[in-house]
Amino acid sequence: MSMNLHDLEVLSWDLRRQTLDIIMAGGGGHIGGDMSLMNALLVLYENHLNITPETVNDPDRDRFVLSKGHSMEAYYAILCHKGFLDLDDVTARFSKFGSPYIGHPNNKLPGIEMNSGSLGHGLPVCVGMALAGKRSGKSYRVYTIMGDGELAEGSVWEGAMAAGHYKLDNLCAVVDRNKLQISGSTEEVMSHEPLAQRFAAFGWNVIDVNGDSIAELDGAYTQAKEVKGKPTVIISNTTKGYGSPLMENKAGWHHHLPTQEEYEQIRRDFAAGKERALHE
Amino acid sequence: MNKIPNRQAVCETLMARAMTDKDIFVLCSDSRGSASLAPFAEKFPEQFIEVGIAEQNLVSIAAGLAACGKKAFAASPACFLSTRSYEQAKVDCAYSNTNVKLIGISGGVSYGALGMSHHSAQDIAAMSALPNMRVYLPSDRHQTKRLIEALLEDEKPAYIRVGRNPVEDIYSDSDCQFEMDSAVWLRGRGQPVKAAIIACGEMVRPALEAAVLLGKDGITASVLDMYCVKPLDREAVIEAARAADIVVTVEEHSPYGGLGSMVAQVVSEHCPRRVKCLALPDAPVITGTSPEVFAHYGLTGDGIAATLKELL
Repeated sequence: MSMNLHDLEVLSWDLRRQTLDIIMAGGGGHIGGDMSLMNALLVLYENHLNITPETVNDPDRDRFVLSKGHSMEAYYAILCHKGFLDLDDVTARFSKFGSPYIGHPNNKLPGIEMNSGSLGHGLPVCVGMALAGKRSGKSYRVYTIMGDGELAEGSVWEGAMAAGHYKLDNLCAVVDRNKLQISGSTEEVMSHEPLAQRFAAFGWNVIDVNGDSIAELDGAYTQAKEVKGKPTVIISNTTKGYGSPLMENKAGWHHHLPTQEEYEQIRRDFAAGKERALHE
Repeated sequence: MNKIPNRQAVCETLMARAMTDKDIFVLCSDSRGSASLAPFAEKFPEQFIEVGIAEQNLVSIAAGLAACGKKAFAASPACFLSTRSYEQAKVDCAYSNTNVKLIGISGGVSYGALGMSHHSAQDIAAMSALPNMRVYLPSDRHQTKRLIEALLEDEKPAYIRVGRNPVEDIYSDSDCQFEMDSAVWLRGRGQPVKAAIIACGEMVRPALEAAVLLGKDGITASVLDMYCVKPLDREAVIEAARAADIVVTVEEHSPYGGLGSMVAQVVSEHCPRRVKCLALPDAPVITGTSPEVFAHYGLTGDGIAATLKELL
């Protein structure tokens, strides 16, 4: 059942706050990427992915692999919201000694298909999942979200080549294009442009959207399902640290533990965001 | 002399099962010919996936298939599979615990004169160091068949190394004792011996020949086929070592981190004995065919027997 876009927008601010709380409780996290990624994850889980806690072992379920595994705190917030995990438990134990709630996807937890953390793995793994679906005549879809800095990994392009070769139209990849990585601008570290043409040259359908816009992302996921004979990549142009001017577009917030003062400011910014969404 | 290399036995076993088991998938990286898997690709195109020369992709795609219930067999030269795609083996297979069987073909110095780029003298060490990864080096085609059949019954990752060339049979169709993860006693069990020889893969044949040669000179030796390098059959190692004055390991591998290292760990902990590890050198190996290379480094029946005599 789809959520309307207004409600999703409101919800996104609650999930941002929960993500922040998880990071504070755990003593740090990849907060900048969590915030740029949040909308793509939320729209996917609410309106497009057919996975629920009851269907985690269903052979016909859609598959999702978080390739930029370091955005785990946002993923925890989503998995808790969807009922796979308990938010209080995750918040209490994230990054703590002996905890299953580590800083990257752990497939011993319900709802997580594959471990990741090392970049450049999600897309090739999803190629295998999509091929398995095609060869078995199943109609499930396969999704992955990558970071843009991650695209420097050669294995991404091995996967992209195979997805194009095998015309995997049941595969949809999202690039969280926030244009920043740990050392600074992606274009200064290792340029990716012209990114759309690069994917197109590998045989992909390319959709370029404002990834801070829930409506645009929702439209992109819908459009991707209609494309036949090609995999789709959604280049989700986002703002790193989205939601609080304190951290927006600042590479220093790639991984960070906010001070108490910063925490309070970010919470106020998120509350203001929610307020705006409520009255839109 | 048997003309069927172990890699061909892998293909024949998979083909026999793939007729009825449609979850079996074979993946190659432009390696179907060298892996002897072209007949599989020909007969089961819907169960075969070509990834091109892209070993990282090979392993990740195999893991994705496995995560969706397939029994994925990814075959590529051992030299590339065990190092170029090492991280994919670590993260996507071992860590994610996917049902991927990595088939390292033309292992060790099978590619002879092609140089160090094509030799895999580090694969046992590399793969054994990954938690949740098992490592197998079958000694002949019959054992290879039994091993693949056993691996089809479980859902855990494993690395299997086979050589390029046919090796003389150790076992036969009717006589191939095989219990998963148990070493096979080929000689000298239950009696005191001068030497216990523990070998894996295609070094089992020369180990056996060495024992026969030594026997002619009145030197007793037991022989263990340790095809299961990880999990190592520790009980068999301890039993063999306890009955012997010295222990000798033989492997087509670097002297570090392979069978010899593992056996030495077990022996030193449980029943200290002198352990001699016969292996390839810690250097690019000399140019030559694999039989020439083995002869040069004493990894033949004669060579092993001669080394043992010196030690005794």
